Amino acid sequence: MKRQRKTPLLQSALLNEALRQSFIKLNPKILFRNPVMFTVEVGTVVMLAVCIWILTGEKSQGSFTYNFSIFIILLLTVLFANFAEAIAEARGKAQADSLRKTREETSAKLVIENKAGFAVTVQNILSLELKKNDVFICETGDIIPSDGEIIEGIATIDESAITGESAPVIRESGGDKSSVTGGTKVLSDKIKVIVTTMPGESFLDKMIALVENATRQKTPNEIALTILLAGFTLIFIIVCATLQPFSLYANAHIPISAYISLFICLIPTTIGGLLSAIGIAGMDRALRANVIAKSGKAVETAGDLDTILLDKTGTITIGNRKATHFFAANGVDDFLFIQNCLIASLADETPEGKSIVELANQKGAVMSADTMHHVDTMIKFTAETRSSGVNLSDGRRIRKGAFDAIKKISNDAGNTFPKETEDSVREISSNGGTPLVVTENEKVIGVIELQDIIKPGIQERFERLRKMGVKTVMVTGDNPLTAKYIAEKAGVDDFIAEAKPEDKMIYIRKEQQLGKLVAMMGDGTNDAPALAQADVGVAMNSGTAAAKEAGNMVDLDNDPTKLIEVVEIGKQLLMTRGTLTTFSIANDVAKYFAIVPALFIVSIPALQALNIMNLYSPQSAILSAVIFNAIIIPMLIPLALKGVAYRPIGASKLLRRNLFVYGLGGIIVPFIGIKLIDLIITVIIQ
Amino acid sequence: MNTEINGIILMFVLTILFAYPLGKYIANIFEGQRTILDPVFNPIEKFLFRISRLDSQKEMNWKEHMVALLTLNAVWFLLGMIILMNQGWLPLNPDGNPSMTPDLAFNTTVSFVSNTNLQHYSGETGMSYFGQLMLQLFQFISAGAGIAAAAVVFNALKARSTEQLGNFYNYFLKSCTRILLPLSVIVAITIMFNGTPMTFLGKDQVISMQGDTMHVSRGPAAAMVAIKQIGTNGGGFFGANSSVPFENPNYLTNIIENVSINLVPIALVFALGFYLRKKKLAWMIYGVMTVGYLCLLIPTIYLEMNGNPMLANLGVTQNLGSMEGKEVRFGPAASAFWAITTTVTSNGSVNAMHDSLTPLSGMFTMLGMQINALYGGVGVGFLNFFIFIIIAVFIAGLMVGRTPELLGKKVEAKEIKIAMLIFLLHPFLILIFTALASYLIYLNPDLPWLNNPGHHGFSEMLYEYTSSSANNGSGFEGLADNTPWWNISCGVVMLLSRFIPIIGPVAIAGILAKKKYIPESAGTLRTDTGTFGIMVFAVIIILAALSFFIALALGPIAEYFSMS
Repeated sequence: MKRQRKTPLLQSALLNEALRQSFIKLNPKILFRNPVMFTVEVGTVVMLAVCIWILTGEKSQGSFTYNFSIFIILLLTVLFANFAEAIAEARGKAQADSLRKTREETSAKLVIENKAGFAVTVQNILSLELKKNDVFICETGDIIPSDGEIIEGIATIDESAITGESAPVIRESGGDKSSVTGGTKVLSDKIKVIVTTMPGESFLDKMIALVENATRQKTPNEIALTILLAGFTLIFIIVCATLQPFSLYANAHIPISAYISLFICLIPTTIGGLLSAIGIAGMDRALRANVIAKSGKAVETAGDLDTILLDKTGTITIGNRKATHFFAANGVDDFLFIQNCLIASLADETPEGKSIVELANQKGAVMSADTMHHVDTMIKFTAETRSSGVNLSDGRRIRKGAFDAIKKISNDAGNTFPKETEDSVREISSNGGTPLVVTENEKVIGVIELQDIIKPGIQERFERLRKMGVKTVMVTGDNPLTAKYIAEKAGVDDFIAEAKPEDKMIYIRKEQQLGKLVAMMGDGTNDAPALAQADVGVAMNSGTAAAKEAGNMVDLDNDPTKLIEVVEIGKQLLMTRGTLTTFSIANDVAKYFAIVPALFIVSIPALQALNIMNLYSPQSAILSAVIFNAIIIPMLIPLALKGVAYRPIGASKLLRRNLFVYGLGGIIVPFIGIKLIDLIITVIIQ
Repeated sequence: MNTEINGIILMFVLTILFAYPLGKYIANIFEGQRTILDPVFNPIEKFLFRISRLDSQKEMNWKEHMVALLTLNAVWFLLGMIILMNQGWLPLNPDGNPSMTPDLAFNTTVSFVSNTNLQHYSGETGMSYFGQLMLQLFQFISAGAGIAAAAVVFNALKARSTEQLGNFYNYFLKSCTRILLPLSVIVAITIMFNGTPMTFLGKDQVISMQGDTMHVSRGPAAAMVAIKQIGTNGGGFFGANSSVPFENPNYLTNIIENVSINLVPIALVFALGFYLRKKKLAWMIYGVMTVGYLCLLIPTIYLEMNGNPMLANLGVTQNLGSMEGKEVRFGPAASAFWAITTTVTSNGSVNAMHDSLTPLSGMFTMLGMQINALYGGVGVGFLNFFIFIIIAVFIAGLMVGRTPELLGKKVEAKEIKIAMLIFLLHPFLILIFTALASYLIYLNPDLPWLNNPGHHGFSEMLYEYTSSSANNGSGFEGLADNTPWWNISCGVVMLLSRFIPIIGPVAIAGILAKKKYIPESAGTLRTDTGTFGIMVFAVIIILAALSFFIALALGPIAEYFSMS
C-alpha cells in the first residue's frame, strides 16, 4: 500500500522552473514579505547606483571592477535565496503531479443501460473514467473503484485496508449503510453501486490543488522568527549607520561598497534566504510521507504534540486477527477437532480462515487428498448466517462462526451448549481474543481462539515517542481487562476501553485543559467532532468526507502509525529553522574579523592586529566575506529541503548537539571559508 | 599567594555567602511572610496606606503595575526638579552651595530617579545637604521600584494562569523598608565607625603641617554611601565617590562597600529560585552571570596588575601595577575588582578613575554595561537577563524542534517582538548618541568636550552614553560633561533606558502569565540546565559582540593596539 515517491533533490525540469522563478521573485513587491532579503535587494540597487556613479567619473569609491563584482555578488545572494524558495515550491508541485498520477488505477465494471433502464452490457473501464451517476458492479474479490452508494444488493466488505478494522462490515442498499469507499474490497455477494463524486472533485483532488497553489500562510513560529530576524537586521542597520559618523571622527574614508558589504554580511541572510524554503519543504516532506497537510501550521503543531490517540485495531495490532488456540469440547478428541476446524476453514478465504489453516497445519493436521475427496459443498460466509463451513460427502456438516450465531444454530437443533466451551469463550474474550465456535452436525465441538497480534516493532515506536515526550493513548472498543492486557503488551501509556466516539472527545478535551496538544487519527463521521477538537486531526483518505473536512491532515496511506512520522516532520521543521538561525548569526563573528580591519586599514593601521585570518588586502577581505555570504545559501539548500535530522535523545542533549554543530560550527566554518576564498582571489588577481 | 588576589577572592566569597540567605529572606518577603521588622514598619505602612487611600491588598495586572510605577516616578521627578533648582535658599545649606541650572537639575533628577546616578556636578560644591538628603531618598525609592518590578515578574512566572500579579505599592514599600533600609543601616554604621562622616555641620577648617588653612567638606555621607552601594545607585556624596577617604576610608570599608554592590542583585537571583521553588534555575542564572562576570574580571585584574607598557617604556617601574588614577590603599587588583563589579551591576560608584584604566580594562567595564545583565542593577538586572532568556529560549526551542516554552508558557511572536525591541533599545541609544556626539566633534573639532583626542576621546564619549543607557552612572571623567548637550542628551538616554526596559519585561511576563500553563514533558527544553545556561551565555556574548564590536574597535581596541 505504501507508495514510495522519491524526487531527487535536483531535476533538470525543476531546475529550469526554479531558475525562472528566481528572477520573477526579484520583484520588490514579492520580496517585501521577506524583510532580510528585501534589504539585500535594496543594497544591491545602491551598489548598482554606485557603479553607474563611478562610470560617470567618480573617483572616491574605488575601481569599477571591484564595485561591480560586489554588485554581482549581492545580486547573486538575492537570486540564491529566491532560488531556494523556488526549488522548494517546484518540488511541491512535482510532488502533487506524481500524486495524481499514482492514484489507484483499478478497473471498474461499468453498467451500460439501455433507454428503458435495463442493464445490457458490462464494460471494463479504468476507475478514473468513472463519472458521477455512473453505475458499476462489484462482485466477490473486486476492489471498489470509486466512492459511491449501493443501489442494489448486500455485501460484506473488507475495509481493513482503510479503517484497520479486521471484522468485515455489511453494506446494503437503502439506509445509512449504503455508502462504499473506493479502495475497499468486496468479500462476498454482489452489489450495484452508483458513483457519487465528480471526477477530480474528490477530497483528494481538492487537497492536491491546495498543495499546488501553495497559498502558504506564515505559521506562528515563522512569524516570530521573522520578527527576530528583522530585529537582528535593525541592529545592523544601527551599527552600519553609526559607522559613518564614527569614521568621520576617526578621519577614515569608508567607501559605500564597504558599508553595504558589511551590512549584507552581518544581517542574517543565510536563514533569511532559506526561511520560506524550509517551510515549504516541511509541507513537502509531509506529502512525501503520503500525508497532506492542510496548512503549514498543522505540520508545525505536530512537532509540539504531547498526546496521541491511536485506535487499537490496525494501529497497535495487525488489522486481522489470527488463530492462536484450539479448545475442544469435553468428549471431543483434540486432533479430530483440529482436523474438523481445518476442513471447515477450507472455503474461508478471509485472513482469519487462512490463519486457522496455518495453525492447524502447525499442529500436524494436514489436508490429504483423501479428505479433499470427501468435501461435498463449501458454505461461504454470508452476512445473514455469520458463519461458514463445509458439507462433507459422508453427510457431516461442519460450521464455524460467532458465539451467538452458532449458539442459535445449536439451540435450534435442540442441542445444549457445553458449559466448558462457554467458559472457554469467556476466557478468550477476557484475554483480548475473539472466540470462533465450531459445530459438527449442529453440535458444538469446540472453540477456536483468535487473537489480536501486536504489530512487530510497535513497542520500539512507542518508546521513541516516549523519548520525544509524547504520550500514547490506545482507543479500543474492548472491555477494560482486554484493553489493559493489550496496552501493557504494546507499551502504550494509557488506554480508553469500551470507547464510544464521544469518549475520544472527552479525553481530548481533558488533555487540552491541562495545556497539552493532542493528535488523533480517525475516519468515521462520528470521529469528525473529535478530529476537529484535536490540535492535529489526521483523517484517513478512505474515511468519510466529514472526517476529512474536520481533520487538518489527510493520510493517503490510511496508515495510523503515520502520526509518529508526522511528529518527526514537525520537529524537523522547527529544528531546521532554529539551527540555521544559529548558524547564520554565529557566522557574523568571522565576518567582523574579515571586514573591520579592512575598513580601517589606512586610518587606524593598528587595527590590522584584528586581521587574524591574514587576508590579502582590504578589497579581497571584503569580497571574500561577501562571496562566502552568498554561496553559503545554495550550499545549505539541500539541508533546508531535507531538514535537520531529529533524534529522540532528550531536549537538553539535542540542544547540546545542535549548539555544537551549528553554533560552534557556525563560528568556525566561515573563518575557513573566507580564508579559502581569499586565497583563490589572491591567486586570480596576481 | 598574592595578598591582593586573596582580598579579591575574599570579597567574591563573602558576596555569595551573604547573598544566598538574603535571597531566601527576600523570597519570604515577596510571598508575604512575616519578618522580624514587621512590628516596626507595619503600623507606619498601615498609616501611610490609610492616608493615601491606597489598597495594598488589591491585586494588579501588569498594566496597572506599570501605571503605578510611572505615576510615582513622575511625582518624584517634579519634586526633584523643584528642590534642586531652589536648594540655594532652602534650608540645610551650611556651605552656601548654589541652586542648579535647569539642564543640570534635569540631568541630576533623571539620573537619580532612574537609579543611574550619573553626576555632572560635584557634591562638595554643587549640592546642599537638603539636596543630598533628597537624593538619598531617591536612591531608596528608585532601587525599591526596580526590585518591585522584578517581584512582579517573579510573580508572573509562577506555574499558573492569571492576570493578578500582586500589588505594586506593597512590593515597593516592602522592598524599601524590609530589604534596602535594614541593609543600609548596617553598612552605614560600619563605615561610620571606620571614619566616614555623618554630620549636618558645614565644612571643617584644618590647619595643615605647613600652616596652610584647608576647608574640608563633610556632611551626612555615611547614610548616602550605604544606600548608593546597596541599591546599585552609585551616586556618591563627594565628587570623587568612593576613592575619597571620607567615603571609603580603608581596605575594610572597601570590602564592605564592594560586597554591598553585588549583594542585592545576586540575592534577587536566589530569591527567584526560592520564590518559584526552582533553585536549579536560580543556580543556572547565577552561573551564567558569574561566568560572564569572571570573563570580564580576570583579564581586567591581570591587565591592571601588569601595569602600563607605555609608562614602562619611559622607565617608570610598573611592578605595583598600573597605579595611574588609583588609590594606594586599595591597589590595582581591588580597584579592578571594583571597576568591573560597579559596571556589571549598573552601580556606577568608583574607587578609582576609570579614565585611567588600561585600554582593554576600559573596554571590559564598557562591555559590562553594554550587556547590563551580569548581575545588573537591583531588580532591573534580572529584568534585562530575562530578555536574554526569552531570546535564548526561542532559538533553543526551535533547535530542539518544539515551539519555545519558558516555565510552561509558550513564547510566541508578541513576546519576541517586545524582547527584540527592548534588546535593540540599548545599542540604539548608545550608538546613535555616540554617533551624534562624534559627528558634532567632527563638525567642530574645537568643542571643549574632550580632554583627550583620538581613540581615547572616542572611548570617553562611548563610555558616557553606555553608562547613561545602562543606568550605571560612572563616568570616564575625561569628558567635560556639565554642558547643556551632555546634560540633556544623557538625561534623555537615562529616561528611555530606565523605563522602557522595565515596562518591556514586565509586559512579557504579564502576557506569559495569562497563557495556559503547559506541564513539562520529556520533549520540553528544560531551562534549569547547564546546556541552556551555555545557550543564554552564547546569546548574551554574541549579541553584545555583534552590536558593539565596531564601536569598541574604534575606541579601546584601537588604543590598545596603538599602545603595544
